Amino acid sequence: MPVLAPIGRVFLAFLAATGRLGTFAMTGVSHCARPPFFPRLIGHQMVEIGYFSLPVVGMTAIFTGMVLALQSYTGFARFNAESAIAAVVVLSITRELGPVLAGLMVAGRIGAAMAAEIGTMRVTEQIDALTTLSTNPFKYLVAPRLIAAVAMLPCLVVFADIIGVFGGYLISVYKLGFNPNTYLKLTWDFLEPLDVISGLVKAAVFGFLVALMGCYHGYHSKGGAQGVGLATTNAVVSASILILAFNYIITALFFGT
Amino acid sequence: MSATTPKIALRDLKKRFGDKRVLTGLDLVVAPGESIVVIGGSGTGKSVLIKCIMGLLQPDEGSIRIDGEEVVGMRGSEREKVMRKFGMLFQSAGLFDSLTVWENVAFGLIQAQGMARDEAKAVAHEKMAQVGLGEEVGALSPAELSGGMKKRVGLARAIATDPEIIFFDEPTTGLDPIMGDIINDLIIDCVKELGATALTITHDMASARKIGDRIAMLFGGEIIWDGTVDEVDRADNPYVEQFINGLAEGPIQAATA
Ligand SMILES: Nc1ncnc2c1ncn2[C@@H]1O[C@H](COP(=O)(O)OP(=O)(O)O)[C@@H](O)[C@H]1O
Ligand SMILES: [Mg+2]
Repeated sequence: MPVLAPIGRVFLAFLAATGRLGTFAMTGVSHCARPPFFPRLIGHQMVEIGYFSLPVVGMTAIFTGMVLALQSYTGFARFNAESAIAAVVVLSITRELGPVLAGLMVAGRIGAAMAAEIGTMRVTEQIDALTTLSTNPFKYLVAPRLIAAVAMLPCLVVFADIIGVFGGYLISVYKLGFNPNTYLKLTWDFLEPLDVISGLVKAAVFGFLVALMGCYHGYHSKGGAQGVGLATTNAVVSASILILAFNYIITALFFGT
Repeated sequence: MSATTPKIALRDLKKRFGDKRVLTGLDLVVAPGESIVVIGGSGTGKSVLIKCIMGLLQPDEGSIRIDGEEVVGMRGSEREKVMRKFGMLFQSAGLFDSLTVWENVAFGLIQAQGMARDEAKAVAHEKMAQVGLGEEVGALSPAELSGGMKKRVGLARAIATDPEIIFFDEPTTGLDPIMGDIINDLIIDCVKELGATALTITHDMASARKIGDRIAMLFGGEIIWDGTVDEVDRADNPYVEQFINGLAEGPIQAATA
């Protein structure tokens, strides 16, 4: 059948790519667990991913918290607006928007940078040079990025949660005229540990995905500048899609049924 | 092992990328302390040849013996032990642009041999002096260097760990003739100083004549001619004749057209 052949080919190519990515991920993780470690490199990546992402993640979170408060007010105005707004803001931020938006922002900022840096190292023979100098590129390049991203994303999400709730508070108190103490008390009452914990688990997974995609596409880039550009695009797009897909899966695992 | 064990022995080496057959059954023997130059046009697989020998690429078929030991299929710590015998000057120098010049030169000493940074820095300065670079260059970043200086740093890095076998991938490409000749002289001096075996690939005949004890010509995925530097001008081989005289007319064009 002439129709089936191309479908089969695409399917096989998909399976092959998944296998390659799986092998890459396993190799990367196994090198995270075995010495030698590179604390300087891990520290450098932590600063890069954690500290320098604070402004971007903070801005995203504050506007998201503000808009959540505003939108829920127009929707819930006729009912018990005050408690509804506090609940909507704190639950949306901690469960979903904090981790997802922080993940997407970091995918754009860090995933792209990783793919570009490692891709450039690939096309300028720096990765070959590492190997010839008896240094495993997985150990030197991939493992520090995976470790740093998994460690820093949850920190960023805690920050995003606080800033996001603060954004909702600002609108509720200064624009909608609610009582500040009541608002904070309601927020605190609605919040369950599981909301925050699920968000942090998501963050760690998203951090892993962003670093994995950045390293994978960079490592396998070929050709010159064009190949590196393509790797960068692929890293951001694939990380973003995976973040949204895993967000659903993790949500279903925590809150399903 | 007897004194006549070749340093490098390749037998029936084959490598293809998809449908493209790059090496099609290549044989080559290099004696200890010998300096061999492999000549051939662009895209004939010279870099692929070196990368197969170093284990950066996996050959599809054939045997590679280093000091009589089969290295095809070697992995892990065994592979690392063989890798320590190698040094390489990459075509694009392959310097790590996140590190300073001296850190580049000292990389193999610090990472592979576990030498203390201060000690490694002293060795790096010594090796840099050997290739005509002052200590003040050590603190620069590779991005600040000219093409000729990059090659010098790459050379210093290649010899820093006192390798037994050094590979030079087009050492004079992209340099003006005078700088090219300076690099040729440095290569000869460094190889002699270490008593190393050298395998150079190039399409620059002046460089090949100067560096090599022996010249081998790669064409169509095989070594089609092999002899001393004196013999190359008297070679009774139309391919070699065309290549060393740089003629547009001849069997090479006819064969690739
Ligand atoms: N990693 C690779 N994947 C696919 N093709 C490759 C790869 N490396 C080299 N090639 C192909 O092999 C051929 C020989 O390349 P190379 O050894 O770099 O040539 P040169 O003799 O100029 O050094 C080229 O046609 C190149 O396209
Ligand atoms: Mg080449």
